Amino acid sequence: MNSSLVKLEMCVIGFGLVLMLADVFVAPERRRFIGYAAIGVLGILFLTCLGNDGLAGTAFNGAYINDGLALFFKRLFLVATILVLFIAVEFADRMAAVTEYFSLIFFALAGMLFAASANDFAMLFVSLELITITFYVLVSFQRNQPASLEAGVKYLILGALSSAFLIFGIALVWGTTGKLNFTALAAVAPQFADSKVFLLGVLLVLVGIGFKIAVFPFQIWAPDVYQGAPTPTTAFLAIGSKAAGFVLLLRFLFTAVPAVTVHGANFLIIISGITILYGNLCALPQRNLKRLLGYSSISHAGYLLLGVAALNANGQAAVMYYLGGYLFTVLAAFLVIALALRHLDVADISGLAGLNQRSPLLAATMTISMVSLAGIPPLAGFFGKFLLLKSAIEAAQTTGNHGYYCLVFTALAGVVISLYYYFGVIRVMYWSKEVKDLSPIELSAPAMVTAWVCIGGMFWIGLFPNTLLSLANAAAGALKL
Amino acid sequence: MTTSILTYIWGIPILAALALIVVPRNYRVPIRALAVLATLISAVLAVKMFCDFGAAQPDAYGYRFVQQIPWVDSLGISYHVGVDGLNVGLILMGAIVAFAATLCAFEIQTREKEFYILVLVMSGGILGAFASLDLFFFYFLHELALVPTFIMIGVWGRGDKKNYAAFQMTLYLTVGALIALIGLIALYLQAGANTFDIPKLVEHVKATPLPEAAQNFIFPLLLFGFGILVSLWPFHSWAPLGYGVAPSPTAMLHAGVLKKFGLYGLIRIALPMLPVAAHQWANVIALLCVGNLLYIGWVAMRQRDLNLLIGNSSVAHMGFIFLGIASLNVIGVSGAVFIMVAHGFLAALTFALSGYIYQQTGTLQMSELGGLCRKLPFIGAALLMAAMAGCGLPGFANFVGEVTVFFGAWKAFPVITVFALWGALVIGGVYMTRAIRQVLHGPLPEKWHALPDASSTWRKLPYALLLASLLVFGFWPRLLTDKIAPAAATVLPPLVQAGAAPAANVSPLAAAGSRQLALENK
Repeated sequence: MNSSLVKLEMCVIGFGLVLMLADVFVAPERRRFIGYAAIGVLGILFLTCLGNDGLAGTAFNGAYINDGLALFFKRLFLVATILVLFIAVEFADRMAAVTEYFSLIFFALAGMLFAASANDFAMLFVSLELITITFYVLVSFQRNQPASLEAGVKYLILGALSSAFLIFGIALVWGTTGKLNFTALAAVAPQFADSKVFLLGVLLVLVGIGFKIAVFPFQIWAPDVYQGAPTPTTAFLAIGSKAAGFVLLLRFLFTAVPAVTVHGANFLIIISGITILYGNLCALPQRNLKRLLGYSSISHAGYLLLGVAALNANGQAAVMYYLGGYLFTVLAAFLVIALALRHLDVADISGLAGLNQRSPLLAATMTISMVSLAGIPPLAGFFGKFLLLKSAIEAAQTTGNHGYYCLVFTALAGVVISLYYYFGVIRVMYWSKEVKDLSPIELSAPAMVTAWVCIGGMFWIGLFPNTLLSLANAAAGALKL
Repeated sequence: MTTSILTYIWGIPILAALALIVVPRNYRVPIRALAVLATLISAVLAVKMFCDFGAAQPDAYGYRFVQQIPWVDSLGISYHVGVDGLNVGLILMGAIVAFAATLCAFEIQTREKEFYILVLVMSGGILGAFASLDLFFFYFLHELALVPTFIMIGVWGRGDKKNYAAFQMTLYLTVGALIALIGLIALYLQAGANTFDIPKLVEHVKATPLPEAAQNFIFPLLLFGFGILVSLWPFHSWAPLGYGVAPSPTAMLHAGVLKKFGLYGLIRIALPMLPVAAHQWANVIALLCVGNLLYIGWVAMRQRDLNLLIGNSSVAHMGFIFLGIASLNVIGVSGAVFIMVAHGFLAALTFALSGYIYQQTGTLQMSELGGLCRKLPFIGAALLMAAMAGCGLPGFANFVGEVTVFFGAWKAFPVITVFALWGALVIGGVYMTRAIRQVLHGPLPEKWHALPDASSTWRKLPYALLLASLLVFGFWPRLLTDKIAPAAATVLPPLVQAGAAPAANVSPLAAAGSRQLALENK
């Protein structure tokens, strides 16, 4: 076994433990610096462990794999965590025991890193549980706020239910095939492609993963949890937890049970179409910004699933590209929520009124983020959606399945609907009639840097797609489609 | 490779928009000066490009002023600009209209900085889209220009209906653009050349034509997607209302320039790449264009608001262009391109003039206006000339284009051409002269006795410039037709060219009917 492969995960867990200790030694007023130290450590880890592709290989009897796909997602998780920590530092004054919060983020990150490399049901389950259980705590971290606790309880109950489904599915698959390793499973899966018990097992595993990425009909938790959780947690849920769900989905569908997946196109098309419409239609009447973004994240899960449903390499590359753009876009939105709505208990959209006068930078960040979510050039969201649509049309032309065209037109309807609520947010910031509070918002230097990084990321991914696209193509190559 | 003049033409307005972001909002005069200067440079460069067109060396595909930079290699997307006869006039028209629209932005009194940024993005985006020879950038830059339209109508629009109008327009145009996008992606994938480059795609498709079933699937996507953008009947209802409430620079740029994108897309992409489907769908286009010409013409006759009348008349004019495209011969398509240019100047001019009247009087209800020619000799005379150009009076560029389209379409669709003539000469004449009588002539109501005319040179310049352009191309159409005709011949489906004998017979007739057309030297 090559244990040096897991050094990144070990470092993350080790530093998480160090952070818990640091809480005892560092004076409360200097805890902000613990956050910056954590960011620094992650930055160093990113450069040393993921600066090159030299980490490739398998470990733990093939349960752990480091290939292009894993490396792509590990980079994504590290960048996301760094930005989330910046948001968390800005949020620190509203939480007791903030160091604990930082260390929990590290444990969740470790779970995501393991998930990116999971090539075995045991690894899949353990990493998913590590993420989910950490998030139960992260969601209910503001213990003095009932909304946060309520969100935590909801997430706990539904999460436990989905874990039960997942483990039941794994048991069924293992019971029929006797394999837990994905590579071994792929070899025997064609023999069981007609077995009802095996197929039920696969379906239940998909239920467990579908809960993480909040696709219909397992999306019900998302709006409540997004609304109630502390803003940095919501941001981490929106990108980290979702991306972890997607890497597990891709790995499971295309390396564990490809023999089943090839027959599942219509199933995925229908789920994707309903998710897109559900998310966008439910977002229309929302007045709470975090709840709105919760529904919007459901619709984006639908768009991403559209790329998965295409079942071709370009579709999976598009999924990864889209996640890369989504990272900067959604974190920009949550950064603004954390900074601009800090005085409000409820993140109502009207709280953004007059933001262009209170802080032009935050207003611009939010505007660019909404425009990118809506998929308008020249930002990241446009090129991502373009790639997703292209892969679906490609699938329609190569397979002759007209369901893809129906899905493409559904996605199109979703985009048109979403313009309404995304532009609604922009309108409130710039053109509100009743503005009560015009006091300027003081921004710390790191917060400004984060805002600029997110803006830069959205423009960079939208205008210079080459780098990210070649990384995504390389990662999709690992799926051997 | 050196930077093409086209890159400057669309890049300078975009750069100016970026520069404006950092200018403080209370610097009103510098903001305005920068915007005017940027569009002026862009317009001057466009005129220079138009004049140098003949002297420039065409590349292997017949495009001039070409520049190509790879952008996304794995998908075959590159930044590729170039002009041939089809878009040289459109770019010239777009740049001049953008300059005029920026000058007309005098009327905006609130949040000028944002308005000028949006006008510049819109101008730069659409000029870039017309210059693009890459499918991706073609769509990308149009979308970039489209979004500011919605914001401008929603924020600076007039009257109570502005939110409704902005919402309706957003819905319609986004749906149209997305349908067209699906068509373009399907076309790219079906061609299988792994390139978004239009000249290469055309060449590839000519060598290995697409299967008929695929053509018949993609063509309607492009036709209706672009058709919604161009207000093809029955997808037009966003247009009159949208233009009715839009601030005049927005209406000028959208009705004049942006709307031509869909037509240009049909001619540049759909005709050469989907020739079989174009042939089969020509009848549908011809039938729908009767809806534009007659139905919308009648609707225009009943309007009581000057802007709604102009908006409807602008929708009706699209019918001529669609008829020219449907004729699928060199004369018809050349005429269509010519009207696109002429109508761009005309629509911009009429919306600019109605904007001036609205700004001075606060109303465009024709029953409340009257006798304005006495108080506004310059504006009144310009509006009279614009109205005459609108009903196709010889001497204005529109006449040349319309007559060419009629000659081109006669052979293929004689009955529809008769309807179109009726629409142009009778219906257009009725509503235009009626509007002129109600607005400019008759007794002058007491309350308008103190109306000021456009006095300074700067205020007169946009109207004079647009009017002069209409007259130049009206009296000297060879400037444009000589450039259009050879390019139009290259985009036409070989299918039709092979059996083009009947269409070609019309050519001498056209020349005899109007010597100025000079199409025989194609």
